[in-house]
Order: sequence, then structure tokens, then C-alpha cells
Amino acid sequence: MLRYVIRRLLTAIPTLFLIVTISFFLMHVAPGGPFNMEKGIPPEIKANIERVFHLDEPVWMQYLRYLNNLIHGDLGPSYILLNFSVAELFRVGLWVSAQIGAAALALSLVVGSALGVIAALRQNRVLDYVVVATATAGSTIPTFVIAPIIQLLFGLTWHMLPIGGWNDGAFLNKVGPVITLSLPQLATVARLMRGSMIESLHSDHINTARSLGLSDYAVVVRHAMRGALLPIISYAGPAAAGLITGSIIVETIFQIPGVGRYFIDAALNRDYTLVMGTVVMIAVFTIVFNLVVDLLYAVADPRVRYD
Amino acid sequence: MTDAVSKGRSLWADAWGRLKANRAAVWSGVYLAVIVALCLVGPNLTGHQFSTIYQSYVRVPPSLSAYPKPQSLDAEIKEVAKRAHLDLKEWGAKGDRIFVTVTSAKPIDPRVTRYLDRSDSFEDSKVENRSDDGLSMTISTAVKYIHFYFGTDTSGRDLLTRTLIAGRVSLAVGLLAGVVAVLIGVLYGAISGFAGGKTDEVMMRIVDILYSLPFTFFVIMLVVFFGRNFMLMFIAIGAVLWLDMSRIVRGQTLSIKRQEFVLAAEALGVGSTGVLLRHIVPNMLGPIIIYVTLLIPQVIILESFLSYLGLGVQEPMSSWGVQISQGSRNMEGAAWLLIFPSFFLTSTLFALNFIGDGLRDTLDPKDR
Repeated sequence: MLRYVIRRLLTAIPTLFLIVTISFFLMHVAPGGPFNMEKGIPPEIKANIERVFHLDEPVWMQYLRYLNNLIHGDLGPSYILLNFSVAELFRVGLWVSAQIGAAALALSLVVGSALGVIAALRQNRVLDYVVVATATAGSTIPTFVIAPIIQLLFGLTWHMLPIGGWNDGAFLNKVGPVITLSLPQLATVARLMRGSMIESLHSDHINTARSLGLSDYAVVVRHAMRGALLPIISYAGPAAAGLITGSIIVETIFQIPGVGRYFIDAALNRDYTLVMGTVVMIAVFTIVFNLVVDLLYAVADPRVRYD
Repeated sequence: MTDAVSKGRSLWADAWGRLKANRAAVWSGVYLAVIVALCLVGPNLTGHQFSTIYQSYVRVPPSLSAYPKPQSLDAEIKEVAKRAHLDLKEWGAKGDRIFVTVTSAKPIDPRVTRYLDRSDSFEDSKVENRSDDGLSMTISTAVKYIHFYFGTDTSGRDLLTRTLIAGRVSLAVGLLAGVVAVLIGVLYGAISGFAGGKTDEVMMRIVDILYSLPFTFFVIMLVVFFGRNFMLMFIAIGAVLWLDMSRIVRGQTLSIKRQEFVLAAEALGVGSTGVLLRHIVPNMLGPIIIYVTLLIPQVIILESFLSYLGLGVQEPMSSWGVQISQGSRNMEGAAWLLIFPSFFLTSTLFALNFIGDGLRDTLDPKDR
């Protein structure tokens, strides 16, 4: 088990290296630079600024310097949000994004699988159709439509929730973003769970359990659900990585100081270190969560063993 | 044994029959056809240009009756009089024309009628009566009635026309980028699966690496690269979305290339390209078609997402994403700006999804 984890983490290193390399050169090929936007900087001052950040060096030297810093755990200073290092920005922002993302993940997993199980048990009846229709709606309507509509209804019309803002993480400020983030995930989880639950309910071991006279509850919860959870687990890994590293749309619309919104700003302003930092962060989270998923597989499915 | 005489049903005839039985898919198809027709023809029928600005009607709410409303005529006439530096004495309606009497300290130039015509609410203004000293004048004018069924946007442009124009853009991007993605994906996946061995290994590792790149990052980089060019944007989208397609096609190719008819074709001396294009790809059309219908809504969402962020289509053109972004900035007091484009976008996505699901049910051989 431990050996498996170590092996997986070691194979992640070349992947991470490739991601960093491709992103770095792709970004530097794009025209413009972090200090090109500001008009009226005298060229000598601009040259000085660029020297401080080593932007006057050839790209391959900058690349090697970045790699070296990265290996030592240094993500560098942000070029646009001066006085902040990328690590500082992440320390503050990631905590905010992760709170919302984790809540959204929990909500979508619990409610989504519950809805999926209910739909599967009532297959082709009214309740099933209701769940399927809701799930289709949830996965079809884009976030940037759901979010303003939540603001319009709950914020402007009924005054139940604040329209936006973080307010130091007050509960009511989190409701809108969490619901917006979780709806599409919840819908997908419900659809997946319904499908795999139907399959699981028709499998041999369930027939055996039933013929042994087990109660419906035991059959569904202890036997059918356990097998049906596998697709949910594999879906939850990348979803968790995406949710925790923040959503551009949700954080922009609800004015939340998370890490998701940095990405677009940084890319547009050529804030090279912040863009690279975000890429590395997302890649690391994705790798870690995929590993967690594979480990959870062994827990849920006794046929899976890692030696 | 009459069955032997009856005509065999091809895969496609069979699929068509099954698709017709799926009511949700059929109605979605009809709905989609209506939306496409509206977007193609509609902008010419609304009586508005998508870029025409009506300064008198900025942010007016949707209404089935025509503008100007009777209660707003007074304010409109006062506004015109003010713009012409004239004092409004009185105005009243007689028949279908409106008679306005204005006075001034200086003699009035008869050409002031153009102030009325220049307003969006009046047309065909004529001087009816001018006092001898020229200090007072009666002008008759006709009210120009205009319909704004969806209201107007913050610049005073007809929202119905703009929504339909935006639909053209969104649907076109969806279709074209979808085709780009499918072409790349099918070719890449088929070559990879068909070649096998080391080539396959390398090609699929490349796909794996691209998969692990943060997806939004990739698109944003491409858009930043290409500039905000409409044509190039959907190439950028298509170039990113081919990854799934290539994996599906590779898997299919691997299973098909081992089958007897492929071996037979090879034995008869058909070259690799011929085998690939004539025998393998046509046999994967089912999954490809399913994937395309599920891909198009994804592309539309992605385009809307980019446009929402301001990276997509630029003014005065519009797409549903641009409109939703503008609508959500103005939802306080002008909710129609958000509601109409959102409805068009989501209902179209719904229809596409139902068609995709329907096609999957009909074409999936496991599901018979």
C-alpha cells in the first residue's frame, strides 16, 4: 500500500514537469509581458523592474530559474499584485476557495447519491422522472446562468441572502456560492448513481442477498450501494480537485476572494508567476485527488488490491 | 418463411425507427429546428437591425404593445422641444396625427421639424401653421410605433433581434468547433489505434499530458495567443475538446481492426489509408454521432463562458454568453436582459442534450 502510494507520487513527477514546461513556454510565446501594459514608464525604469524580476534574461534561463525555485518550494513573487508572493496569495485565497469547494462537494455527494438511489429504486415511475429531469436541468444550465438567477431571486427579490461578498466567511454569504457550485456536480452524481445503482440492483450478488431473506434496507444500503459507489468515487476525484481550487465564475459573480479568480486576471496581465503557480496548484490537487480516488477504490471494492 | 423475402432493415433505418419512438428526442429536434430557423431568419423579420441604437428607448421593458406608450408621449415631446430650444405651448392628438404648438422669443426656423423626425418616436413631421412674426408655430407629426417584444438593452438596441443574432453566433460556434474537434479527434484516435505499438503509446501519452493541463488555462492561452478573433476562437475551442473524441475513437479502432472484414480487406491488398477511411471510420459513425451531439452543447457553454469573461465575441456582435454577462450586470431593474438570453441558451442546451441521449439510446448496440 505504502509502496503503491510512493510509486504513484514518483510517477507524478514527470507529469508535473511536463505540465510546468508546456505552460511556461506557451505563456512566454504569447505576446506582451507583465510590465508592458502600464503606459508612461520610462524605458530605464522598466528595464530596472525587469532586471529585478530577471525578465531580461533569455527565456530558457528564466525557465531553469523557475524550475529551481519550484523544486525549493518557492512559487515566486506576483508581478501584478506587487508586495505579495504567489504563496501568500494562495495561503489566503485557497482557504476561502477550499471552504466553499468542500461544502459544495459534500452537498453534491450526499444529496446527489441519495437522489440517485431514490430514482433507481423507483425506476420509470414519477419520482424517477422528477429526479432525472432535475438532474438534466442541473447539468445543462451553466453556472453563469444559475449564479445571477440565485442573486436575482434570493438576493434582490426576497432579500434572503446577501447578493455577494465574503464578509469574513459568514454563513449566509456562503450559501449562494455553495449551491451554485454544487448544482451541476449534484446533478452529475445523481445521474451516475442512478445508472450504477440500477445495474447493481440487477447483479447476481443482490439476487443472492434477496433470496437469503435479507431486509430491503440491508440489501440496498449494505450490498447494492457499496458496489454502486465506484463510479461516484472515480468522478469525485477530479471534481474535488476542481471545486477546491476555486471557480472563476462563482468567485467573480459572488465577489469571493478565492484563488479561482486569479487565473484569468493573471493570464490577461501576463502575471507569469501567478499563472504558473495556479497551474502547478491545480495539477498537484488533481494528482493527489486521483491518488485518493484509487486508494478509496480498494476500500469500496474488495476485488481491488494494491500490493 | 415470409421473413426471408421481407426487406432487411439497415442499421440506420432501424435507428431512425427507434429514434422516432423517443418522444423527448423528437420534440427536442423540432424545438431545435425552430430555434435554428428563428436565429437564421428572425433577425430580418423583427424590423430592427441588431446594431441600431434607439436613444429614446434605452432599457425599456419587454411589451407586446407598441412603443411609445401614450403616457410617455408628453415627456417625449417636452424633451424634443427642449432639444430644439423651443417653448412648448400645448399639444394634442387629432385623428392619427399629433399637433404640437411651440413658441420662441426668436423667429422659428421651419426646419425645426427635423428635431421631431430625429427622435425615435415621431416621423413625417410637417409645419401646419406659422404665425406671421414667426414666433409661434404648429407642427403636425405622426407617432412612429415600434415593437420591442423583448425590450431593449442598455444601449437602446432591440433585445429580440440581438438575442437571435447572438443565437446565430452561439450555434455557429457550437457546430463549427464541434466539427473541428471531431475531425481532429477521429483522425488522431483512428491513427493511434490503427498504428498500435510504439506510435499508439506515444500518441496516447500526449493526450494524457494534455488532459492533465488545466483546461481553462489552455483555452485562455489560445485566445490570448490568437487575439480575440472570432474565427480563430472556435478553432481554439475545437483544438481543446478533441481529447475525449480521440480516446473513444482509439478504443473503437482497436476493437474493429481485429475483425474479419478488416483482415479480409487487408488480404485483398487495400492500403492502410483505405482500410482506415473506408472500413474502420465508417463503422464508428454511431459513437461519433452520439459524441458530436453531446459535444455541441459543451462547445456552446464554453463559448458562452469565454464570452462571459470578455474573451469571446466582441461588440457590436453578440453571443448568448455576452448577453448573459451583460444581463447579470443589469439584473437590478432590467431582469429581462438576463432572462431572455438565459432562456434561449438553456432551452437550446436542453434540446441538444435530449437529442444526444436519444441518439445514444438508438445507436448503442448494447442497448437493443
